[in-house]
Amino acid sequence: MTEAARLPETGTAFGIYLHWPFCAAKCPYCDFNSHVRHQPVDQARYARAFVRELEHFAARTPGREVSSIFLGGGTPSLMEPETVGTLLDTVARLWTVSPDAEITLEANPTSVEADRFRGYRAAGVNRVSLGVQSLHDHDLKRLGRLHDAATARRAIGLAREIFPRLSFDLIYTRPDQTLAGWATELEEAIGMAADHLSLYQLTIEEGTPFHALHAAGKLVVPDEDLAADFYSLTQEITAKHGLPAYEISNHAAPGAESRHNMTYWRYNDYVGSGPGAHGRITERKVKHATIAERNPEAWLAAVEADGHGTIADDVLGRDEVADEMLLMGLRLREGISVSRYHALSGRSFDPDRFEYLVRDGLVERVGNDRVRVTSAGWLVLNAVIAELAT
Amino acid sequence: MTTPLDHIRNFSIVAHIDHGKSTLADRLIQLTGGLQEREMKEQVLDSMDIERERGITIKAQTVHLTYVADNGETYQLNLIDTPGHVDFAYEVNRSLAACEGSLLVVDASQGVEAQTLANVYQAIENNHEIVPVLNKIDLPAAEPERIKAQIEEVIGIDASEAVPISAKTGLGIKDVLEAIVHRLPPPKGDIDGPLKAMLVDSWYDTYLGVVVLVRIIDGVLKKGQSVRMMGTNARYDVERIGIFTPKMIDTTELGPGEIGFITASIKEVADTRVGDTITDEKRPTAKALEGFRPAQPVVFCGLFPVDAADFEDLRAAMGKLRLNDASFSFEMETSAALGFGFRCGFLGLLHLEIIQERLEREFNLDLIATAPSVVYQIVMNDGSEIDLHNPADMPDVVKIAEIREPWIRATILTPDEYLGSILKLCQDRRGIQVDLSYIGSRAMVQYDLPLNEVVFDFYDRLKSVSKGYASFDYAITDYREGDLVKMSVLVNAEPVDALSMLVHRSQADRRGRAMCEKLKELIPQHLFKIPIQAAIGAKVIARETISALRKDVTAKCYGGDATRKRKLLDKQKEGKKRMRQFGRVEIPQEAFIAALKMDD
Repeated sequence: MTEAARLPETGTAFGIYLHWPFCAAKCPYCDFNSHVRHQPVDQARYARAFVRELEHFAARTPGREVSSIFLGGGTPSLMEPETVGTLLDTVARLWTVSPDAEITLEANPTSVEADRFRGYRAAGVNRVSLGVQSLHDHDLKRLGRLHDAATARRAIGLAREIFPRLSFDLIYTRPDQTLAGWATELEEAIGMAADHLSLYQLTIEEGTPFHALHAAGKLVVPDEDLAADFYSLTQEITAKHGLPAYEISNHAAPGAESRHNMTYWRYNDYVGSGPGAHGRITERKVKHATIAERNPEAWLAAVEADGHGTIADDVLGRDEVADEMLLMGLRLREGISVSRYHALSGRSFDPDRFEYLVRDGLVERVGNDRVRVTSAGWLVLNAVIAELAT
Repeated sequence: MTTPLDHIRNFSIVAHIDHGKSTLADRLIQLTGGLQEREMKEQVLDSMDIERERGITIKAQTVHLTYVADNGETYQLNLIDTPGHVDFAYEVNRSLAACEGSLLVVDASQGVEAQTLANVYQAIENNHEIVPVLNKIDLPAAEPERIKAQIEEVIGIDASEAVPISAKTGLGIKDVLEAIVHRLPPPKGDIDGPLKAMLVDSWYDTYLGVVVLVRIIDGVLKKGQSVRMMGTNARYDVERIGIFTPKMIDTTELGPGEIGFITASIKEVADTRVGDTITDEKRPTAKALEGFRPAQPVVFCGLFPVDAADFEDLRAAMGKLRLNDASFSFEMETSAALGFGFRCGFLGLLHLEIIQERLEREFNLDLIATAPSVVYQIVMNDGSEIDLHNPADMPDVVKIAEIREPWIRATILTPDEYLGSILKLCQDRRGIQVDLSYIGSRAMVQYDLPLNEVVFDFYDRLKSVSKGYASFDYAITDYREGDLVKMSVLVNAEPVDALSMLVHRSQADRRGRAMCEKLKELIPQHLFKIPIQAAIGAKVIARETISALRKDVTAKCYGGDATRKRKLLDKQKEGKKRMRQFGRVEIPQEAFIAALKMDD
């Protein structure tokens, strides 16, 4: 907590998100903007488009200092190190990049991708986030992953050697998973982890193959009560090993939090470039929400024609700002600053509703100015926010 | 020029819903040339959207047909299309009183239904000559001989010359017209007598004001004539006079036996009473027509706007509807749960549904309806009597000497196999069996039932236990003393006035349990657990608990998710707006309606 508090909170943090939309295969639970192409992707051409779109955004955010860059996807580890290098060099050319900037790349732990790790490091990446998802082969197959557990373990080991910082993801509340099985798996994962883990409960998203299977009764996942027990167990184990949740699904040793993701949750500005990328940028004291064209080819064509692929650029009103601040900020253990919430949004909490939430142990005050959602409250965060966002 | 009496035939059509009344009417209009082919749309006479959609007739309509019969004579045939539902029994009765005969339309495969029975008996009471018509004769399932026998057995009229038709294909329509001319009697009347006309129905027309449907008994009604309504004692000058073909055609006069319309600068339908006698101002008839009575609402419920800001719009909409429907009443009501709204009176449940639907559809209002309630007579210890329209207004029980509730006589016709379940349903609803007889394989059972037990979900239950085959009709008979108690509902320890109801003590436990279970289903989980209780006075008779929400959180939420999550939150907020805040509990508006439709 003390370390995390050093991170810039208001105004200064500024992230760049770059979306690489391609995957070798689409996972059956994934509803992200990812696309499988059977023809080789012309990486040089996409890199040129990124350069142009970044130039566009740089012109809209003069004087900002970049505190983090995140290459997400899709599968950014399908990018050649050279492509990554071009993107990072471009950011450095267009903005001032803070000397301790966090530069993360999401990677799949297959052997092919692990072979490129050194290249990414040379290009400037200083943190990887590996999509391990499970340490069991059977589950990996079921999740549609292209790696097996042994390969994932090797990739983790290699990444630890090459990158200063490392995180990996696991998915739990999987079909047929038991509490005892998860406890063992999580303990093993913590043993391999550096100082950061993302632990996501499997979510059945609409429009995914899992959703269809689930609706047809062919995919049974733990019910809400059991899922709540899974969550509590996860909190217990991670806390015991010094990796407490600093966000609902993210665990880190103090100081090892993802600086880039903190930028989202603290509701600071970020540029989103690439197909389907979202951004939040403050121009002349108003917050803009930008959304880029989702289809990669259409995005490419738009950037080549207009210099950017933005299809929506909305000025957010105070209520929208307030809602987003709550939606993002209350996911954090540190909570939100009440005075900043009031200053940005003009809203205050309804005193009655707030007191009821406190009395029910779902929300708590921290010091004079901060409010946070308790662990119990996190489990029902959507409902808690609906109570507060009035 | 008025038509001579022996060249006029006035008739109505008696039929069960779906047995083809409106289609037959359409065919008669078409064949006699009332409308050109291009002007025909289905169910010409049902002018309201609701009528056409539900296949029911709410307002009486009339059509003047000019028919050249096989004997070469030209006849004026007046068809009065009547409402077919028990809620509008009085209107049906008046429409029948305006005719001398009826076509009894029976589906040649389905046979006689309870509703048909009630209406045909009314027609017989009105001394109608009845011509049976077997419809849907073209369907493979048609069994004309069996149905003829059934008509003779059940209704006791000669069906040997029943006219076989298919209103759908047009088969036999000419035979129907010939039967009307030759088998129905012409009207009687004295053209030289003082004017005596019956007010058959009336409705509000945006352009014309109130349009009055009249049947002339004696004398002649002319344009410009000064007339008096004998029931309301109001005087009017006739402005327009004419007939419906079904298009409105102006004429100059209507003679005895004829049916047509007048307008007379009448502002509200409430100024006209169905069944009233219209006579000449200067030369009045000595005696008004018999059988006139004002409409009496029997079912009440509260109607509240979902959005409190719509209250004035609701008031205006109700005012407009009342212009056209004097049998619907409303007065302002305040509910702790639902805010400002209106206590409304209706002729029955269908009437209630229709009004609610029209308010929502024609005036674009979102409404919450509270539990329908009958009118209870409360006798106080001091001997005074109160008509109780709203359970929330129930006086202190210690001051009450006696509570009386309205009873009905119900007639149910059902295939034999469902009889057991239906008898059980009636018994469960405190019914007293009056009669049970068989018509072939169909049973006809009569029960006396408290109306209170019928207004909730009796009809739905009946349909469900008989797979839709049973038909049902009723008439209010009398008031009887009952051991009735007020059941209140508490959600999170707060009483919800809009859910309180009067129930029979013997039914209280069952009703209470069902209500709590239903509310448990309907109220979403909250962040805390919610007790739901049903109570009589301080005694809790049923209880359920809604457990606290256990998990509702998004696993992943990063920069690209903010917009989507915000939109979801907006939807959540919209949903909350459609709920009613009750203490800390938000109750969805559907709960107020659905809680009343309880399964046994």
